[in-house]
Amino acid sequence: MSGTFVGMPAFPKAAREAVRDTTLRGNLRHATHTIRDKRAKAVAELADWQRLREAGSRIKDMTLRHLDDYLVQLEESVTAAGGTVHWAADAEEANRIVTGLVKATGETEVVKVKSMATQEIGLNEALAAEGIHAYETDLAELIVQLGDDRPSHILVPAIHRNRGEIRDIFREKMASWGRPAPEGLTDIPADLADAARLHLREKFLRAKVAISGANFMVAETGTLVVFESEGNGRMCLTLPETLISVVGIEKTVPTWQDLEVFLQTLPRSSTAERMNPYTSMWTGTADGDGPRAFHLVLLDNGRTDALADDIGRQALRCIRCSACLNVCPVYERAGGHAYGSVYPGPIGAILSPQLRGTTSEIDASLPYASSLCGACYEVCPVAIDIPEVLVHLRERVAGQGGPGHRLEKAAMKAATWAMDHPAAMAAGERLASRTRALHPKRPPGATAWTGSRDLPELPEEPFRDWWRRTGGGKNRT
Amino acid sequence: MNARDRILARVRAAVEDAPEPPAVVRDYLVSHTPDDPAVVLDLLHENLADYRARVHRTDTAGVGALVSALLGARGATSVLVPEGLPPEWLAETGCVRVEDRPESTAAELDAVDSVVTGCALAIAETGTLVLDAGTAQGRRRITLVPDHHICVVRVPDQVVASVPQAMVRLDPGRPLTWISGPSATSDIELDRVEGVHGPRTLDVILLSP
Repeated sequence: MSGTFVGMPAFPKAAREAVRDTTLRGNLRHATHTIRDKRAKAVAELADWQRLREAGSRIKDMTLRHLDDYLVQLEESVTAAGGTVHWAADAEEANRIVTGLVKATGETEVVKVKSMATQEIGLNEALAAEGIHAYETDLAELIVQLGDDRPSHILVPAIHRNRGEIRDIFREKMASWGRPAPEGLTDIPADLADAARLHLREKFLRAKVAISGANFMVAETGTLVVFESEGNGRMCLTLPETLISVVGIEKTVPTWQDLEVFLQTLPRSSTAERMNPYTSMWTGTADGDGPRAFHLVLLDNGRTDALADDIGRQALRCIRCSACLNVCPVYERAGGHAYGSVYPGPIGAILSPQLRGTTSEIDASLPYASSLCGACYEVCPVAIDIPEVLVHLRERVAGQGGPGHRLEKAAMKAATWAMDHPAAMAAGERLASRTRALHPKRPPGATAWTGSRDLPELPEEPFRDWWRRTGGGKNRT
Repeated sequence: MNARDRILARVRAAVEDAPEPPAVVRDYLVSHTPDDPAVVLDLLHENLADYRARVHRTDTAGVGALVSALLGARGATSVLVPEGLPPEWLAETGCVRVEDRPESTAAELDAVDSVVTGCALAIAETGTLVLDAGTAQGRRRITLVPDHHICVVRVPDQVVASVPQAMVRLDPGRPLTWISGPSATSDIELDRVEGVHGPRTLDVILLSP
């Protein structure tokens, strides 16, 4: 995954630093609590929520089981509609393909729609190394890019910044990237949004190449779908001459009709809206409307490793709504950066170690960055049993290092951090019981509630060692 | 082996022993709204307004004056006109008409004050307009670059209650734009703010025969 995160400390160390940062904690707490209640209301509007959730989960499982067939079908549909399909086994290959496509246009700058996949592969850095400037156009991504920062949330990568900090970043940095911030810019959100509008408009109007991800790809029709709010996505998808979309292979759905499920569950889970302001759907190229050239880069980069794991593969159902982050007591206290990946929070704790493997200290510690309270599972619109996968990955980590191994130590420290924050544990319990009322029926086929609430099987001997050495955690360093 | 064959081989190896998952069951609701055109229309009105679209109702006799008044209230002097727009919609405005042409540059569109279009359909439960680049809708960019969009919805023909009802009526072969209120963002403290890159003002006219 992205070079940005190389050398990240293991979860507990990064989390400890985050907890000391009171501004960060305040920002996160404010934002996640605001969205939680709104989401619950948006979900409660749909009497058939649990059935939509189950349908979404099964559509994704069916897709994954026959992913080879659907990818081949998708390739045929996109090609028939005038697009060109490329395949990338890993980040390096994807970056090489995209860089080559941009160079072939003769352009040295591109505009970008917010995309997790391109962050995951470190595309901006790869483009920069070849002299190509990539401009992020999503407001939060712009804040992160101008602030030379790292994303900390799936939906709102700058969630760790409050309005005052955003104003300061705009005032200080916009000028060196293009149009400066307006004189006397305030920290009123509408003024900040207006400053972004002015700053980016000149870039949209002259852009010849755009790079996007996609929320869904429909195998039977070759249609790609992007959900967004600001209109930056529409600008990138319709104004330039060339469009390059980098999409993880698991974003496939079999049929056009399948979209009707996710069009109902994704916006309500994500921004707590009945519908997000803009959704674009395009199939190849259209005569005289939008880009003349469309390239789709299908990305594996560890996804087939996750797919091979009986229990872990359910993480590939994820539609990146970020509801699990917003309810997670550990995320709220530790912050997104502590997860050392573009995928933070509960979903990141099960996705990153599967995409990257569990050979680094950060990846070995991630499955322990949880109190297993289950609130993430309750809100997941595709019913990913995150606690089940966490426990499964803990077993994998525990099995690979052995007592005293550096990975085992990193994992134990993360577990200790989570358990040592009774507030995080208790908040999780309260949340889970409160949201459970909204979900009276567990979807069929899922494991029992109690099944996912078992405490992890931690290696016995190292824990005792730890207890003796630290006096039960009192003089922990 | 090339990347395509490598990835497909890895996928096959990953799932070959996996059991067949349970079949997809579509027992969710086709609609959450009573099957009554007046109720559906009121819900559309309410949900459009909830996300800060400005909603107006009129009939064929009144649409020309209403469009003219909406353009006038903004002080618009030019308006983008897609192919196939009913002439009576613009019959009473004095704005300069700018045709939707393939050779127009983005900068030229940026200099136009407003755009008037129809739509493919509107979804009541979500307060959504769907445009499919068909008659009276134009290229996708014309409803994006100008800061003011007036969208006319024919009632009751173009109104559906729910997302599933919309999907069966849409053609995935066409470029589709789903619009729910004016451009907005939740990127500052997860609070919704209207008005970023798309039109900051969205007027919706519910047009009865």
